[in-house]
Amino acid sequence: MLEVKNVGLTLKGDEGEVQVLKDVNFTLEDKKIYVMTGPNGGGKSVTAKTIMGIHQPTSGRILLDGVDITHKEIFERARMGIGYAFQQPARFKGIKVRELLEIASGKNASADTCDHLHDVGLCAQDYLDREINASFSGGEVKRIEIATILARDLKLAIFDEPEAGIDLWSMQRLTETFEKMNKKYNTTILIISHQERILDLAAEVIMVAEGTVSEITSREKILGEISRLDSDCRCRRDCSRGGKAIAGCDR
Amino acid sequence: MLDAIDKKLLAEVADLHEIPRGAFNIRKNGQGVERNTTANIDIITKKDKPGIDVIIKPGTKEESVHIPVILSESMEDMVYNTFEVGEDSDVLIVAGCGIHNPSGEKAQHDGIHEFFIRKGARMKYVEKHYGEGDGGGVRILNPKTIIEVEENATAELEMVQIKGIDSALRETEVCLHKNASLIVTERLLTYLNQTAESNITVNLLGDDASAQIISRSVAQNRSKQVFHLNMRGYAKCRGHIQCDSIIMDQAQVSSVPEISAFDSDAQLIHEAAIGKIASEQLTKLMSLGMTEKEAEETILKGFLK
Ligand SMILES: Nc1ncnc2c1ncn2[C@@H]1O[C@H](COP(=O)(O)OP(=O)(O)OP(=O)(O)O)[C@@H](O)[C@H]1O
Ligand SMILES: [Mg+2]
Repeated sequence: MLEVKNVGLTLKGDEGEVQVLKDVNFTLEDKKIYVMTGPNGGGKSVTAKTIMGIHQPTSGRILLDGVDITHKEIFERARMGIGYAFQQPARFKGIKVRELLEIASGKNASADTCDHLHDVGLCAQDYLDREINASFSGGEVKRIEIATILARDLKLAIFDEPEAGIDLWSMQRLTETFEKMNKKYNTTILIISHQERILDLAAEVIMVAEGTVSEITSREKILGEISRLDSDCRCRRDCSRGGKAIAGCDR
Repeated sequence: MLDAIDKKLLAEVADLHEIPRGAFNIRKNGQGVERNTTANIDIITKKDKPGIDVIIKPGTKEESVHIPVILSESMEDMVYNTFEVGEDSDVLIVAGCGIHNPSGEKAQHDGIHEFFIRKGARMKYVEKHYGEGDGGGVRILNPKTIIEVEENATAELEMVQIKGIDSALRETEVCLHKNASLIVTERLLTYLNQTAESNITVNLLGDDASAQIISRSVAQNRSKQVFHLNMRGYAKCRGHIQCDSIIMDQAQVSSVPEISAFDSDAQLIHEAAIGKIASEQLTKLMSLGMTEKEAEETILKGFLK
């Protein structure tokens, strides 16, 4: 359903242009759950944002159900059924949880809205009329961010480290929610995660490192893969760029 | 007596769709057109100058006074209103000025509102300014508000001005006595070539007096805004100013903070920020299917709510 073909991305950073993605290739099939993992700074979030249209690829193509969406804008991709739950969600002065969920679902708040909040472990009564401002805790904004994606009717839902900041008690419910969304709505799900518990959901694991897909594999293989990468990577031991910019690293 | 334009202006400035219940005084084009008093609230026309005295009896609870002003032609109007809010009363006062200026001339409304909030009383004062008319005539508003908040009394001020007014100079001066409290919320949106200046001075005179000013504004196109928010603490008191502006296009915003303490137990805080709409907010809304313009409008609407 989603084809990412030879995608490269160069961004302007503080120290000039940085190539953050190079030659990214992978395909997602209908109705499957995928987990994307890999070292910090490897390019997972940037890949997800490129699929959502937040970054426009510098090279390569992205197809959704055979339609070329490489140069489509964010809202067009959203309306075609792609959703992305941000790793670091925005806060809004003056916008209430209810309003954001209504924007997400395109409908007035209903019993479903309460269900979506329940699925992320929040009580609708306590939260619907609260503004998503600085008074929210980190875990709370994260949960609401996930709920905005649950509220939508999507072909492809991408969750960027949904477990970050979510307490242990809610993790179980969250993994069940992903499975439910996948089964009930036939949504293809891509979860960016560093959690073994979430890796368990994956039909396939997409390993992203150094700005590209290094491997598409299974959960079992990846756990061994990560430990190898940690010990073998000379880059990480004595990186002349302070281990920051993956791009341009020629080792 | 009130035509369709008047009713629209009334709806905008006073949330009034019909003649209100409770006490009211509607002033149109420099003259009083309708008035109602109640057993507890009297409204008397001033003898020496244009304007009214509103007298609220001590102990009056849950009553409201509406005093909208509407200008539907080009003219200059000036009023002096005095409000006596009796001890231990609890009232809502809604003022507002709607200008519909179809001419090419200027329409100006200047008002001086003076309030005495007596001991233990509570007053919520809502002031909305709204202007319309396509004749290119200039709409000018210069409201001045002076408030004396006595011991244990509370004043809550809500001041809203959205588009429509070409030039506004708003002066607000408040004195807070022992254990008196003040909450001011200000909402302002200017566009085109409009200018708006808001000067608020709060004097915290008595122990345990507290004041909070929350000002949010949006400046679009080539409009200009200036804020002078000044808090002066003369006793063991608390004051907090939050001034937040969104700046767009070629607009200009100045936020000039001033806090002064004349007592070592005074605690005063000033926070001010001016910036563009946060790009991560725009991106989030677009990723939910909104165009950039829709996202922008949604964010501004929420911010000014
Ligand atoms: N806007 C940007 N401008 C310049 N460089 C960027 C920008 N966004 C990300 N990068 C860089 O791109 C690389 C990949 O970042 P990305 O956020 O995709 O990492 P990640 O794999 O999601 O890491 P983590 O596991 O820590 O979330 C990093 O080196 C990052 O510093
Ligand atoms: Mg990331």
